[in-house]
Amino acid sequence: MTSEMTPKMNDALKQGVAELARSLARKDFTSVELTRAYLERIDQHNPELNAYVTVTGEQALAQAQAADQARAAGTAAPYAGIPFAHKDIFCTSGVRTACGSRMLDNFIAPYDATVVEKMRQAGMVMLGKTNMDEFAMGSSNETSWYGPVKNPWNHTLVPGGSSGGSAAAVAAHLCPAATATDTGGSIRQPASFCGLTGIKPTYGRVSRWGMIAFASSLDQAGVLTRSAEDAAILMQMMSGFDPKDSTSVDVPVPDYLATLDQPLKGLRIGLPKQHFAVGLNPEVEKQIRAALSEFEKQGAVLKEISLDNSHLSVSAYYVLAPAEASANLSRYDGVRFGYRCDKPVDLEDMYKRTRGEGFGDEVKRRIMIGTYALSAGYYDAYYIKAQKVRRLIKDDFDRAFREVDVIMGPTSPHTAFPLGSKTKDPVTMYLEDIYTIAVNLAGLPGLSVPAGLVNGLPIGLQIVGRDFSEAQLLNLAHRFQQATDWHTHTPGV
Amino acid sequence: MAWETVIGLEVHVQLATKSKLFSGSATTFGAEPNTQANVFDLALPGTLPVLNGEALRMAVKFGLAIGAHIGKKSVFDRKNYFYPDLPKGYQTSQLDHPIVGKGSLTITLDDGTSRTIGVTRAHLEEDAGKSLHELFPNDTGIDLNRAGTPLLEIVSEPELRSAKEAVAYLKKLHSLILYLGISDGDMSQGSMRCDANVSVRQQGDSKFGTRAEIKNINSFRFVEKAILIEAQRQIDILEDGGRIIQETRLYDPDRNETRSMRSKEVANDYRYFPEPDLLPVVIDDAFIAAVKTTLPELPDLKSQRFQSHYGLSDYDADVLSADRATADFFEVVANACGDAKLSANWVMGDLQSVLHKSELDIAHSPVSAHALAGLISRIKDNTISSKIAKTVFEAMINGEGSADTIIESKGLKQVTDSGAIEKLIDTIIAANPKQLEQYRSGQDKVFTFFVGQVMKESKGKANPAQVNDILLNKLKK
Repeated sequence: MTSEMTPKMNDALKQGVAELARSLARKDFTSVELTRAYLERIDQHNPELNAYVTVTGEQALAQAQAADQARAAGTAAPYAGIPFAHKDIFCTSGVRTACGSRMLDNFIAPYDATVVEKMRQAGMVMLGKTNMDEFAMGSSNETSWYGPVKNPWNHTLVPGGSSGGSAAAVAAHLCPAATATDTGGSIRQPASFCGLTGIKPTYGRVSRWGMIAFASSLDQAGVLTRSAEDAAILMQMMSGFDPKDSTSVDVPVPDYLATLDQPLKGLRIGLPKQHFAVGLNPEVEKQIRAALSEFEKQGAVLKEISLDNSHLSVSAYYVLAPAEASANLSRYDGVRFGYRCDKPVDLEDMYKRTRGEGFGDEVKRRIMIGTYALSAGYYDAYYIKAQKVRRLIKDDFDRAFREVDVIMGPTSPHTAFPLGSKTKDPVTMYLEDIYTIAVNLAGLPGLSVPAGLVNGLPIGLQIVGRDFSEAQLLNLAHRFQQATDWHTHTPGV
Repeated sequence: MAWETVIGLEVHVQLATKSKLFSGSATTFGAEPNTQANVFDLALPGTLPVLNGEALRMAVKFGLAIGAHIGKKSVFDRKNYFYPDLPKGYQTSQLDHPIVGKGSLTITLDDGTSRTIGVTRAHLEEDAGKSLHELFPNDTGIDLNRAGTPLLEIVSEPELRSAKEAVAYLKKLHSLILYLGISDGDMSQGSMRCDANVSVRQQGDSKFGTRAEIKNINSFRFVEKAILIEAQRQIDILEDGGRIIQETRLYDPDRNETRSMRSKEVANDYRYFPEPDLLPVVIDDAFIAAVKTTLPELPDLKSQRFQSHYGLSDYDADVLSADRATADFFEVVANACGDAKLSANWVMGDLQSVLHKSELDIAHSPVSAHALAGLISRIKDNTISSKIAKTVFEAMINGEGSADTIIESKGLKQVTDSGAIEKLIDTIIAANPKQLEQYRSGQDKVFTFFVGQVMKESKGKANPAQVNDILLNKLKK
C-alpha cells in the first residue's frame, strides 16, 4: 500500500538540512513524518536508481521518534531528527557494512565509525547505507558488487564514483545529505556529475576510525549536500581530532556557519593553466569561465598559475594508492570475518579462492599493481619515485598559495558519461580524476560546487584551498550559491 | 684446520606494557583464547593503530642503557605476508629508521675476561597470534591474545665467537632488561626469544662464511646447544668439501639437531613500506632526558660500587649485581648488619641454595633481608657460632620466628663464660686419661678429639675460640 504523499511532506523532501532544522523547530512536521516520507520515496525510487544498498527503516523511525521526544522536551540538539545517509564505507554497529564488496556482504561491524558516532550524537537519523564502488575503487560506481547506480539526471549515465550512491541519493531527494569519502576525487566528481556540493576536507580533519581503508594516506571523509550551508553544518558535526586516528590533526574546528557570508573582496583566485588545456570539454570550460566571472563580480581577482607537475599526478596516484591498498586489503583472508570460499582444502586454497571470489576485477587489478610496485627490485623505481612526485606536487601547491588564496577550475573535464562506456579501459577511467587527484596527493581541502548545465547535465567548479581552509571554501561556495541558482536545479526522478 | 664460529643474535623481548603496541587490549599471559583481542587486534575493517607511549619509553630506556643512538625520527613500516595468525596480513615493524641505533653490551666470560659486543639496532614491532593445531582434529584454531603484543627486537653485530659468548651475551641482555623493568624476561613463556645467525670460517679469515639462521630458541641452554650443533654441522659439511646454504633452520631440543625449514619461508618478499596509518615518531631531547631520569643503576656500575664501597671481590660483586632483586636484597642485609662480606656469603650461599631448592625467586624469599641481617648480627656479636647459625637459619626458613626468638627459645646462645667452659673442660679431661696421655706424648691430633667432646657436651654452644684457648692451656699442663 503506497500512501499518497501530502503536499506538505512533498515540500519537506525538497528542503535541505538548514531549512529542515528550521521546519522541525517550528514543528511544521515531525521527524517521524519526515523520516516516513523519505522511506516511502526510497521505496519508490531506489529499485531503479540503486543508490542505497541497505535501508534501515526501523532504526531510522526509532531515532526519529527519539528526536521528536527530545524536541518536545526541549532537549533536542539543533539538527536532531534530520535524516541522512551514510556511504557504506563507514562501519555502523549492528548494520551491515559491505563497502561495495562481496567480500563484506555478510559483515556486520560490532562498532561505530567516529563519523557515525558523531552524527548519532547530533541526533541525525540514518536512513541507510549508500552504494559505492567496491572498496571505493572506481570513478563511476560500476565496480560495486551491488550493481551500478544510475545518475538521477539521466538513468543511462553514471553518477560518478566512488561515492555514486550518496550522490544519486542526495540528487534524487532520497535523503537531504549523505556522507562520502574521497581518495582521488570520489566526493567531488560525483558532486559534479549529480549537481551537488561536495567537500573533501584537509587530510586529518575528519577521523578515519571506522572508515574502511582504501589508501590510508589519501582517504578523507566528507559530505555531499545540496548547498554549501548544509555542507558547513555537517562538516561541523564530523570534523575534529580523534585520538583513535593517529593521522587526525589536533587543530581547532572553526565555526563554519559563522563565516559563510564573508565578502570576497580582494580574494586572489589561481587558475591552473593545466586545468584549462586540451581534454577539457569547451562547453564545460565556457560555463566554468562564466562561474569565475561571478567571483570577479564579487571583487575577486583571477590569476593564471601553473601546477607544473600536475601531469604526473594520475601516474603517481596509481602507484601509491594501489600500494597502500594492497596491504590494507590483506586482512580479507577468510579467516576471521567476511567472505570465505566454500570447502577450502587447505590454507592456500582458502586464501586463493576466498580472495579470487570475494574481490571484483578492479580491486584485484589494484592489489596486483600495488603488490608489484612494492616488490623487491621495483620498490625504488615505483613507490619511492611516486613519493618523490607526490612531494613535487605538494611543492607546486605551496608555491601557488604564495601567489593566490584559492585555486579554481573544473572538477571534471566533462559531464556524466554513459554507463558501461569506460569499464573496458581502466586507464580512461583512471583519467577521470585528472583535476581532483593532485589535491589528495597534497592532502589539501577541495570542494565542488554546481556551476552550470551542459546539455542539461550539471558540471562542477572545483575550489582548492590551503590546509585547513574549509571555512574559506564553504564561504566561497556559499557566496556563489547566493548569487547563482545552479545548486537549486534538480533532476526530478 | 682450526675453525672459528661467528654468531649474531636477534633477540625478541616482550615488553611489560599493560596494553598492546597499537591497541588498548591487555597483554596478560594465559588468558582464555581471543579474550584479549579487540576490534583492532582482529583487524576488523576501519580500525587504526595508536602507538603505545609506554612501549616507546621502554625502547628508549633500553637504548640509553646500552649507550645507543636514539633515532630522533623513527618510522614504522608494514611487513607484508599472509598467515592466519597475522590478522592484518602485515606486521607493523621498523625497517630503516629504528628507535634504537648502534650501542653495545659488555659481557664477562668464565675466565674473567670481558668483551664488548656491538648492538646494531633495536626496534619496536608487534607480535603475531598463535595457531593452535592440536585442539581441533581437522582445523587450526587461532588465538589472537598475543597478536599485537609489543616486542623489542634487539640485533647484535656478528661479533660473538663461541656458543659460550652467545650465552654470556644473552644472560647479560636478560639481566639488563630485568634491571630496566621493561620485560619479565620469562623465556619459558616466550617473553624473550632468540634467533641465532651462525656461520663458521677458518681461523684468521677476514670474510664471513655463509650463515644459517636458527629460529626461536627458548632457553639459555638450548642456545648453547643449538649453536654448538649447528657449527659442527657446518664444519662437517665444509670438511667434506660441501657448501653451506643460506637458510632458516629450526632447533629440535629433543633430538639435539637443527633442521631446515621450508625454503618458502626464506623466499618471502615482505614488500616493506612506511605504515601510512602512523606518522613518524618524533623523539625530542626533552623526552630522552625524561627517560634518562628513570634509568636505574645498571649492573656494571653496581658491581663496581659493590667492590669499592663494600670491599667485595669482583666475583662476588658480579654475581650479586647480575640480578637487580638480589643486589637490592644484599644491600639491605649488608647495611642492616654492617658486615658486607658475611652478607654476601649468606645471600650467595645458604639463602641461594634454599631458594633454588624451593624454586623461589628472591622477591619471595621465606627469610626477609632484615631477618637475615638479624641472624648475621648474632654471628657478629658472638651470640652464636657460624655453625649454630645454620641451625637457626633452618628454623627461620620453617617460619619459627626471628633469629633472636629462635636462639632464645631453643637455648642456642653461645657459652662465653670462661669459668663455665673451664669447668666443662676439666670434667672432660678427667674423664679421658688415656687420650690425655696420648696428647702429652706428642700425638697432636688428639686435640681435635677433646674439642669435639667439649662441643658435644655443650651442645655446640661453647664459643669455639674460647674452647681452643682454654683447652690448649689445660692440656699443656
